[in-house]
Amino acid sequence: MELAGLSIDDARSAVQKRKTTALALVEEHYTQIQKEDGQIGAFLTLCKERALEQADRIDRMAVEGKPLPPLGGVPVAIKDVMSTRGVRTTAGSKILNKYIPPFDCTAVERMEAAGAVILGKTNCDEFAMGSSNENSAFHPVRHPRDLGRVPGGSSGGSAAAVAADMAVVALGSDTGGSIRQPASFCGVVGLMPTYGRVSRYGLIAFASSLDHIGPLAKNVKDAAIVLRTIAGRDPMDSTSADIPVPDYLAELEKPVRGLKLGVAKEYFGDGLDDEVRHAVESAIDKLKRVGCEVVPVSLPHTPYAIPAYYLIATAEASSNLARYDGVRYSYRVAGVKSLSEMYRRSRDEGFGAEVKRRIMLGTYALSAGYYDAYYLKAQKVRTLLTRDFEEAFSKVDAIVTPTSPTAAFRLGEKSNDPLAMYLADIYTVTADLAGIPGISVPCGETREKLPIGLQILGKHFDEGTILRIAQAYERSAHSGS
Amino acid sequence: MKVTEKDVTYVADLANLELSAEERVGMVRDLNSILGYIERLNELDTSKVEPMAQVSDRYGVDESKQGSARFAYATRDDILEGLRKSLPQETALENAPDSDGTFFRVPKVIER
Repeated sequence: MELAGLSIDDARSAVQKRKTTALALVEEHYTQIQKEDGQIGAFLTLCKERALEQADRIDRMAVEGKPLPPLGGVPVAIKDVMSTRGVRTTAGSKILNKYIPPFDCTAVERMEAAGAVILGKTNCDEFAMGSSNENSAFHPVRHPRDLGRVPGGSSGGSAAAVAADMAVVALGSDTGGSIRQPASFCGVVGLMPTYGRVSRYGLIAFASSLDHIGPLAKNVKDAAIVLRTIAGRDPMDSTSADIPVPDYLAELEKPVRGLKLGVAKEYFGDGLDDEVRHAVESAIDKLKRVGCEVVPVSLPHTPYAIPAYYLIATAEASSNLARYDGVRYSYRVAGVKSLSEMYRRSRDEGFGAEVKRRIMLGTYALSAGYYDAYYLKAQKVRTLLTRDFEEAFSKVDAIVTPTSPTAAFRLGEKSNDPLAMYLADIYTVTADLAGIPGISVPCGETREKLPIGLQILGKHFDEGTILRIAQAYERSAHSGS
Repeated sequence: MKVTEKDVTYVADLANLELSAEERVGMVRDLNSILGYIERLNELDTSKVEPMAQVSDRYGVDESKQGSARFAYATRDDILEGLRKSLPQETALENAPDSDGTFFRVPKVIER
């Protein structure tokens, strides 16, 4: 089968109608991985045995004429921060380089129960900390269209795998923009659901009040299908919300005419690349032409989002990463004489530079004498940022912004300047802090043929509306109107 | 310069990190650069603003209740064996760098 542009429904219906088999589809994707991934580096581990077993199960259903589940026979990739039973899960870190989880992440389990075939685990920044994928302890991921550039991060492997047709869809995680920014860089759709919409059971924790799981896909409808599969209450995650999951596919078919789109000047200020600005403004014009109304809104605290984010995220990370002590499942250094020496040296050798930097910043922000000035202050600013959105959403149905201030940058361009790297998340972190959903949808290219992303932010639990707007844009862009 | 090398040593100790001499120098530079940027939070008067620890505080909480009952959305009844059975000992020890088959084994904890 032609893999370029192959959607979930294309794949599923071809297997259902026996035009191909799930087995053949898996083999074709592995062939594509073999051909492309030596240069791109999107995968860390392949799980062929598990994939073939699942493909066989789906093929038997097709032969028996049973209706296939929504993702029946669809080859998918999973970011290596989600636990997979019996399949090595590293979080992109040396400290977990031999870790084989004894259980599945709920999102992974739900994907497989819906018929998805898991090809393997995708590369990412270590513990999802980064915006370029250069912080992987194994190797960086390279941009599929320009190997000298980064695919974005931290779900860079998942974004590159989908962009290079090495998987039909992928799961990623987003703590400060890690689904949407790489989706934007690689020219795919990336959806971060509302905080609590998708269970994080089995997700290796970075910052628990900010971590989200969501899809990276070739089109908006595929993102909706995956969200419907993984969303909903999970008793194993007390932060997963007990709120009914709507039929997102039905939501997609509703009209967008009359929807109010907020545009905030704070997202179009200094630092926004001219080509990105132009592409996003044209996209907003297209949405106007299909009947949306554009309303100016103000999100005045936006300039304070990055500093608040890097205090809250690192404080939570410093606590979450305390578990890597070399005792139960993580890397242990050899030849130590005391327990304390074992902890320190194992963590020193096991963690990379950025992870240590964040543990240090977070520990500092939580330490005696600095807690009020830094951590508590950041939590208060988080309230202000959330109120900005509540105010704006009393007037509009969604807010449209650029996903990232620039298109994909070069490898090494920001890797020696942590602050410059942090600013790559300037348009994405606010949604994580407020817990609202956001989607990035491709909206054109730069002169150098690098993709640009349009970000659509929505109200809590209103993924239906942002998916609908994203699809309306996608359709208008394809029809060229 | 706000963060000194002494601060870095103290914080590394809290975080159970050792850090090489070279790493410490880099850490002083990076933490000062990041905290310098973070200073801008002080432009905001937050004296009357409540801190926000969790997003779910904003949609799941029952404000009519008191204490932990406010967070009833996140609780469930106790189940004798848990939602999923505990891992068998053998499985739980599989990823351990060192074990004796019954316990995780670590270097001597108490020096005599």
